[in-house]
Amino acid sequence: MLCVVRNAVGELTAKLGFSEPDCRAVVRAVDEALTNIIRHAYLGNLEQPIDASFHRIDAPKDGQSGDALEIILEDNGVTANPEKMCGRALEDVRPGGLGLHFIRECMDTVEFTHSDGRNRLRLVKILHGQTSPKGS
Amino acid sequence: MQIAARHLDKITIFDVSGDIDLATSPQLRKALLRELRELKMPRVVLNLGAVRYIDSSGVASLVEGLKASRDVGSRFVLFGLNKTVREVLQLSKLVKIFEIYENEEQSVAP
Repeated sequence: MLCVVRNAVGELTAKLGFSEPDCRAVVRAVDEALTNIIRHAYLGNLEQPIDASFHRIDAPKDGQSGDALEIILEDNGVTANPEKMCGRALEDVRPGGLGLHFIRECMDTVEFTHSDGRNRLRLVKILHGQTSPKGS
Repeated sequence: MQIAARHLDKITIFDVSGDIDLATSPQLRKALLRELRELKMPRVVLNLGAVRYIDSSGVASLVEGLKASRDVGSRFVLFGLNKTVREVLQLSKLVKIFEIYENEEQSVAP
């Protein structure tokens, strides 16, 4: 299923005009975020719901307003402990703990919130206008 | 993801293709650890040329393979890294800790 989402996000970002590296970055961030939700919020249960919405928004860019892609992922799973959401030092070579680092490196904004029993992750990627958008 | 093993003298070569992600990385991890920890192969080589995507769990499997190789005194070698795989290893700052070659000939050289 993650493969289907990756393909869809790849197509969407390309259509919005993101550069190839930025398309790969957004795909990676969404994939890692979904993986984290499945592993940590739903404790590996693949049958639980995750709501995903994608919006084209205006975001601050160099003191002006610019196009950006906003992605909201919501789940009903276990809420992460903020103290454990800092990733790990990269010099510490060991398996695990890279997902959050990838998300932060790939996106311009990463915000976690929790309300009404739901976890909400907001990701924003600013469109740097390297290619012309093919659609809206 | 598909993974196929070949043997060349005392070297195991894994040809990996497709996506290495949450669903498939355990299969890669299992194959690597069997070859390194159980069979104690002196060299395990991973051909990543046909890998379309690798996530952090896939990178974690590679790190486990590397650690296992260090534990048993084997060599763990990667080759054929395409743009996507190289980008992820660079992002995780792990490019320098792996033994990486451009092609199979270099990877199996004495």
